[in-house]
Amino acid sequence: MDFLNSIILLTNFIIVPGITYGSQLALGAIGVTLIYGVLRFANFAYGDLMAFGTMIVILVTWFLQSKGITFGLLPTALLALPVGILLTIAVSLFFDKTVFEYYRNKKSDPVTFIVVSLGIMFVLNAVVRIIIGPNDINFMDGHKFIMKAREFKQMTGLNEGLALKSTQVITLITTIITCSILFYFLNKTKTGKSMRAYSNNEDLALLSGIDPKKIVLLTWIIVSILATVAGTLYGLDKSFKPFTYFNNLLPIFAATIVGGIGNPLGAFYGGFLIAFSEIGLTYAYKKFFKYIMPESLEPSTLIQFISTDYKFAISFAILIVVLIFRPNGIFKGKVI
Amino acid sequence: MIKNTDFKICFSVMAVLTILVGLFQSWGIALSMLNLCLISAVMAMGVNIQWGFAGLINFGVMGFLAIGGLATVLISVPPVPEAWSAGGIGILISGFFLLAVVFSVLIINKRLPDHKYKNYFIFLIIILSIPLLKFIAGPSISRIESINAATSGFLGGANLPIIFSWFVGAIFCALVAFVVGKVCLGLRSDYLAISTLLVSGIIITIVKHEEWLSRGVKNVIGLKRPVPYEVDLQNSEWFIKLVEFLNSSKLSNVLDFDERTSLLNQLVISSSGVFVKLCFSLIFLSVVLVILYFSEKALNSPWGRMMRAIRDNEEAAKAMGKNVVKQHIFIFMLGSAIIGFAGAMLVTYDGLFTPSSYQPLRYTFLIWVMVLLGGTGNNYGAILGGFVVWFIWIQSAPFALLVINIFTSHLDETNYIKEHLLNSVPYFRYLMMGLGLLLVMRYRPKGLLPEKIIKN
Repeated sequence: MDFLNSIILLTNFIIVPGITYGSQLALGAIGVTLIYGVLRFANFAYGDLMAFGTMIVILVTWFLQSKGITFGLLPTALLALPVGILLTIAVSLFFDKTVFEYYRNKKSDPVTFIVVSLGIMFVLNAVVRIIIGPNDINFMDGHKFIMKAREFKQMTGLNEGLALKSTQVITLITTIITCSILFYFLNKTKTGKSMRAYSNNEDLALLSGIDPKKIVLLTWIIVSILATVAGTLYGLDKSFKPFTYFNNLLPIFAATIVGGIGNPLGAFYGGFLIAFSEIGLTYAYKKFFKYIMPESLEPSTLIQFISTDYKFAISFAILIVVLIFRPNGIFKGKVI
Repeated sequence: MIKNTDFKICFSVMAVLTILVGLFQSWGIALSMLNLCLISAVMAMGVNIQWGFAGLINFGVMGFLAIGGLATVLISVPPVPEAWSAGGIGILISGFFLLAVVFSVLIINKRLPDHKYKNYFIFLIIILSIPLLKFIAGPSISRIESINAATSGFLGGANLPIIFSWFVGAIFCALVAFVVGKVCLGLRSDYLAISTLLVSGIIITIVKHEEWLSRGVKNVIGLKRPVPYEVDLQNSEWFIKLVEFLNSSKLSNVLDFDERTSLLNQLVISSSGVFVKLCFSLIFLSVVLVILYFSEKALNSPWGRMMRAIRDNEEAAKAMGKNVVKQHIFIFMLGSAIIGFAGAMLVTYDGLFTPSSYQPLRYTFLIWVMVLLGGTGNNYGAILGGFVVWFIWIQSAPFALLVINIFTSHLDETNYIKEHLLNSVPYFRYLMMGLGLLLVMRYRPKGLLPEKIIKN
C-alpha cells in the first residue's frame, strides 16, 4: 500500500506536470530548432511570436464566447486555434518579407540576424501589450478536471490523490498529434526531405533544384503553427501573461541546445529533459521517503536538491554543463 | 579629443536634448533624464568595448548590472550585528567550503591526467557540493533571515562610503566575468549570446532569492548618497542665500514679507532637488569623460589595433602569435567591469536596490539597442546611443499620448478603443525601440556614428 502511495505521489507531483510542461517546451524547442536548421539563426523573437499567436487565440475565444459558441467539454480556445495559426503565419511571413529576406539575400552573419530578431522581439512585445495588455489572463473554459484528487482517493482507497486536469491531457494529445505529423512530414514526404536537404547542405540542395523560397516559406508556416499551438497549450494549462512568454524563451533555448541545435528530435527530448529536471530537482521528497522507508529512518529534512526558487536556474545550469561537455548537444547534433 | 567632430555631435546632442526638456517640461525632469542618460552611456561603453572592440556578444548585461547593484548594498549599508552573531559563523564556514570545492575542482582539473571520466568526476563533485552547502548554510541562513525580517533580515554591509562601492562592483563583475568567460567564450557567437543571457538569468535568481545577502525581493531602501540630502540643504544657511541670490529679481517683485518668505521657501525646496541632481550629473559626467578618455586611448593604442585585428580576422591574428583566448577573456572582464560600475551608479542614483526589477528587456536588450543604434566600435557612438535611446525611451510615452489624442480627437471620451489605447501608452516605447533598431540595422548598419579607422 505504501509503495503504491509513493508511486501515486510521484506521478501526481512529478510525472504528470513534467510531461505537460515538457510537451510545451518540446513544441517550442522544435520551432526554434527548425528556424536554426533552415534559416541558420537563433530567433529571439520566438517567445513573443508564441505570445502573439496565443493573444489572437484568446481574442477569438472571447469573440466566440460572446456569440455563445463553446466547444462543450473542451476549451473554446481549441476552436479558435486555426484563426490564431493563420494570423501568426501571416505575421511571420510579413516579418520575413520585410526584414529577414533582405539579410538572407545579403548573406549576413548570424549575429546580424540575432540583432534583427531582437528588433522584431521589441515590436511584437509592444503589439501584444498594446492590444491585450500586460496582465494575467485565464481563458480556460469547459471541463476543468478529468479526475480530482478526492475522487481518486475515494475510488482507490489510497492516501494519496492523483489529479488529472483536462488541459494536461489535451496538451499531451495535441503534442503527440503535432509531433507525429511533423516527423512524418520531415522524414517521409518529398517536401520534408527537401527541407532537410536544404538544412544539411544549402548549395547542394540548390544544385538539386530545390527552391529555397519554398523551403523558407514552409519553415515559417511550420514554425508559426508550432509557436501558436505551444503558446495556447501553455496558456490553457497555466495562464497567459506576455512577460511569462518572453521568459519561457530561455528554457526553450536551453532545450534546443541540449538536444543539439538544428535537430528536431533532439529538441523534443531536450524539452522533456529540461522539464523533468526542473520539476524533479526542486521537488521535496520527504513524503515519498516517508512511504518507502521504515519508520526509524524517516527523514527530518525536506530532501529537496535545491529550492523551487531556482527552478529556472536549473535549466540554465544544465545548458551550461552541456555546452562545456558536449557543445553539439547530447544527441550528437546533426542538422535536421 | 575636443577637435573630434564625433565629440562635438555627441555632446551637443546631449546638451540640446537636456535644454529642450528643461525648457518645455521642467529642470528637475531634464536633470534626472540627463543622469540616466549618462549612466546608460557608461553601460553602452561597457558593451561597446566587448562588442565593438572585440566582437564578443554579451547578452548578460543585466546580470553584471545586478552584481554592481549588489556591491552598493554590501559596501554602503551598515552591518547588522545581531545577524552576524546569529549566523555569521555558519556563512563564513560555508564560504570556506565553497572555496574548498572550487580549489579542489581546479586542482583536479590541472593535476590529474586527462581521462575519459575526469569531466564527469568534476561534475559529480559540483553536484554533490550543492546539497552539502545547503546543509551547512541552511540553519544559519534561516536564523539570519528571521532577525527583524520586516526591516533587516540580512547580514548588512561594510558601512563604507558608497562611491567606494562603484569600484568594488567593477571588481566583482570582473571576477564573475572571468569565470563566465572561461566557460562560455570558446563558444560560437550565437551560442555565446544565448549562454550569457542564461548566465545572467542565474545571477538574477541568486540575487533575488538569497535574502541573507541582498534582502532579495524585500529590497534594500535608503542607501547612502555621495551628495547632500535635500532636507540638509533646505536647512543650510549658504544654500538659502544662494537661492535668494539667484532669484533676487523674482523675489524683489514681491513686496509683502510673508509672501516673500513663503515664495523663498518654495524656491528653496524645488531648487534643492535640482541641486542634488546637478551634483549627481557632475559626478556621472566626470565618470563618462574619464572612461571615454581611457577607452579612446586604448582604442588607438597598439593594443586597440590588436583587438580590432582579432575581431576582424581571428585566424590571421592567431597566426601572428597573438593569444586570442587570453585577450578575449581580458576584454570581457574589462567591459563587464565597466557595466558593473554603471550598475552600482544606477543603484546609487535610485537610492534603492530592487532585484526583481532586473528584466532582460530593459537591462540587456535596451543597452544593446543603444550600442547598435549609436555606432559599434565607436565610443562616441555608444555615448550618443545611450542618450538618444534613453531620451526616446522616456519621451515616447508622452509622444504616443499626443499622437493618440490627435487621431482620436473626434471620438468620445468614453470610447472603448480610445480608453484602451490611452491605457497602453507606456508600451509604445517598445514599439519605438523595435522600429528604430530595425530601421538602423537596415539603412545604417554601422550605427549613427560609424567606427572610424585611423590609418597612420
